[in-house]
Amino acid sequence: MIDFERVTKIFDSRLIIDNVDLTINKGEKVSIIGPSGCGKSTMLRLIIGLQPVTFGRVMIEGDDVAKLSSTGLAKLRLKFGMVFQSSALFDSLDVGKNVGFGLKQNTDYDDNKINKIVAEKLEMVGLAGIERTMPSELSGGMQKRVALARAIATSPKILLYDEPTTGLDPITSTVIENLINKLNAELDVTSIVVTHQLSTIYNTSDRIIMMHSGKLFEAGTPDEAKRNQNPIINHFLNGIVTPSERKEY
Amino acid sequence: MFKLLGSLVISFIDELGNITILGLRAMRSIVRGKVQMRNVIDQMAWLGVNSLAVSVTTAAFVGMVFATQIVTKFSKLGAISMVGGIVGLAVWRELAPILTAVVLAGRIGAAIAAELGSMKVTDQIDAMESMAVSPVDYLVAPRVLSCVFMLPVLIIFADLIGFLGGYFVSVFIFSVNPVSYFTSASTMLTVTDIWPGIFIKGPIFGLIISMIATYKGLSAKGGARGVGEVTTSAVVLALVSIFVSNYFLSQIIFR
Repeated sequence: MIDFERVTKIFDSRLIIDNVDLTINKGEKVSIIGPSGCGKSTMLRLIIGLQPVTFGRVMIEGDDVAKLSSTGLAKLRLKFGMVFQSSALFDSLDVGKNVGFGLKQNTDYDDNKINKIVAEKLEMVGLAGIERTMPSELSGGMQKRVALARAIATSPKILLYDEPTTGLDPITSTVIENLINKLNAELDVTSIVVTHQLSTIYNTSDRIIMMHSGKLFEAGTPDEAKRNQNPIINHFLNGIVTPSERKEY
Repeated sequence: MFKLLGSLVISFIDELGNITILGLRAMRSIVRGKVQMRNVIDQMAWLGVNSLAVSVTTAAFVGMVFATQIVTKFSKLGAISMVGGIVGLAVWRELAPILTAVVLAGRIGAAIAAELGSMKVTDQIDAMESMAVSPVDYLVAPRVLSCVFMLPVLIIFADLIGFLGGYFVSVFIFSVNPVSYFTSASTMLTVTDIWPGIFIKGPIFGLIISMIATYKGLSAKGGARGVGEVTTSAVVLALVSIFVSNYFLSQIIFR
């Protein structure tokens, strides 16, 4: 479904992603983990075409993202829902308009139908009835849930989560993690979660991939990852810092 | 020294190229009908309401101070009956268009750059793109259209109020004959002294302000400081561009 073929990304003369191959199958829940600034978020941006690859290609259901026209790219993006690290809610629009934004812009649905879908999605994330609230009036956790509702409003096939629980308290993190699992089960979507939060890694993944110095390392299922003897994976998941790693982190 | 000069020239050409590309994308969006009229009308209303009071106040006082200077000098030359014509000439050809553009660059240019810059650094622009909505269609083109259409409207008000400001000072403070004020204007000036300021300079200044502000806003990075930097540079670049282009436009139009 999603294939990285020998993908390299160089940004401002800095090698971010170094010749990586990766396949993510339909319906999988994949977590991409790694230290801050290692290029995890860039992986998501390459998938959805927000940044171009430097070398190699990213294929989505057989389409090379880099070769799509602007119309083709727009069509491709309709298959995705993305939750940003900062939630990225439109601060000039209320919650209802935020959640309904993609529908309003990309469908012929009338306002009644859009409002109905918005209410339904807000209900799914446990925030029914807050359509008229402005994003600035919400807590960080609520903003994340609204961002989730916005991401699923257009019924995408693939959900991308960029650090969905970073900066949230443990209870709110668990709420978000449960929501990710619930949405994955109810909506039958493929999920890619970029995170460095251990609870999110273990609670939301079928498969874990570690990113380090631009390379990808397969860590297996959460149970396999815990037992993984690769020092890069083992040290990251157990918070072990050797003198040589101190500089990198 | 040469290295610094070279890098400044390259960076200027680079920015000019990027602004032109964004402008062409906005034009394509407008021509293809991808701009939502509701967005344009919202922007026009916001731009007009926010700028009318300050632009007519500026025009009124500039007309008044200009008339003060003209009357005191022209009375010594015995040419006081020409005051209305001279005020009209200066206000309609140059002062109203350029001062309205300056006001708009300061108020609206800064607001556009700050709004888009803030959206950029908080990933709202990326979120919009991820939802298959083009920021050029949704954000840039409506702002360009509203500036291009609303600046001429504001200049019409500034023309009128600036000329009447001069009339007020000339007639009520310096006792210039009110009939001669209007008569000199009507004999010295024709419609070709008025419309280029409104219909040529206005849209061009509107285009300059909106293109620079939207480009700068969309290129913001680095948080609140980055937003502040693009806002300042948008206003400075717009002001310089307005003054430079005004010189060349006046050379072309009024020679």
